[in-house]
Amino acid sequence: MGDRLRRTMMFVPGNNPGMVKDAYIYKCDSIMFDLEDSVLLSEKDAARYLVYNSLRAIDYGDKELVVRINNPRTECGIMDIKAMVASKIDVIRLPKTENVDDVLICEKEIEKAEIEFEIEQGSTKMMAAIESAEGVLNARDIAKASKRLIAIALGAEDYVTDLKTTRYADGVELMFARSMLLHAARSAKIDALDTVYSNLNDEEGFRNEVLLIKKLGFDGKSIINPRQIEPIVEIFTPSRKEIDKALEIMDAIEEAKIKKSGVVSLNGKMIDMPIVLRAQRTIQLAKAARVL
Amino acid sequence: MIVKKVATAGTLESSDILITVEKEEGDNGIRIHLESPVKKQFGDQIKQVIRDTAEFVGVKNAKITAIDKGALDCVIKARTSTALYRACDSTSYIWEKK
Repeated sequence: MGDRLRRTMMFVPGNNPGMVKDAYIYKCDSIMFDLEDSVLLSEKDAARYLVYNSLRAIDYGDKELVVRINNPRTECGIMDIKAMVASKIDVIRLPKTENVDDVLICEKEIEKAEIEFEIEQGSTKMMAAIESAEGVLNARDIAKASKRLIAIALGAEDYVTDLKTTRYADGVELMFARSMLLHAARSAKIDALDTVYSNLNDEEGFRNEVLLIKKLGFDGKSIINPRQIEPIVEIFTPSRKEIDKALEIMDAIEEAKIKKSGVVSLNGKMIDMPIVLRAQRTIQLAKAARVL
Repeated sequence: MIVKKVATAGTLESSDILITVEKEEGDNGIRIHLESPVKKQFGDQIKQVIRDTAEFVGVKNAKITAIDKGALDCVIKARTSTALYRACDSTSYIWEKK
């Protein structure tokens, strides 16, 4: 899972210069430039050139830069990979991943581009978006298909259509997919990202969905508007009580190290590894939200 | 590369630039017609970006019309490259390592 937080991954349409140039302003953890569904077929070349030139010229600070490419089995997808690897994108997001082969085909094209542009092998990471019943059922294998994979993400719009249902407020239709993806990601030790919430005017519905995915264990969510950043950060930020408890745990660990004690306890309770890992995660989230 | 047909790229939306590339008969080089709200301040710079992009892509003769809506250099470069490749009917794009 690494050190990087991916609470908010903001979609930016790849052929919109105003949005591409301003994306660094917003406090999202990752920016995801889209060359796929938000770009008309006739404008694929224009979007690719726009994102390529913007990545070379604009300083996006410490944000993780992701690009959603077109199907890597097509000429368009292959050109996307070449251009994005040349511009040193951090992560290539593979759309509609159904099986291990989809990941391997994309990986092969990335490898070729890294060799051509003399970029360190393995430095371009991947994430796989899973958007069908077949993809969900293969999630475990997909998540382990490449060392480049840093996350898998759920794409719910296509998925619910494939299931012959639609999106509901309580998310019951996504229960299996979310659980499956999360387990696949955790088993592969990579991040799990939830799908977008497209009704921008339903703030309560959005908050409920963020609360749900946080409870389930997701690392974050794809978002479609900067307005969605703040509620996610707020919900993912630990409370003062949680932070204090995490700090106490870490202090107890330090103290035990000094005393060379094998067993660590706090207020009479034994502290074991899962508790330490949760405390570390709490501190990481608190620091990212600048409340520690 | 030789311009074969009229092609455009970009839009008239804010922060964008609409580039139209047309065939230029003879050997008159790159002729640029620019409209921009910042033409007085940045007109020469915008034309230079367009000229450099045409040179990089390998187009020697073309008439280029640019209607600028406050585009950054990287956007001007992107839209000019796209329009030139479209006008030359080519997909032999040149990508460079950052």
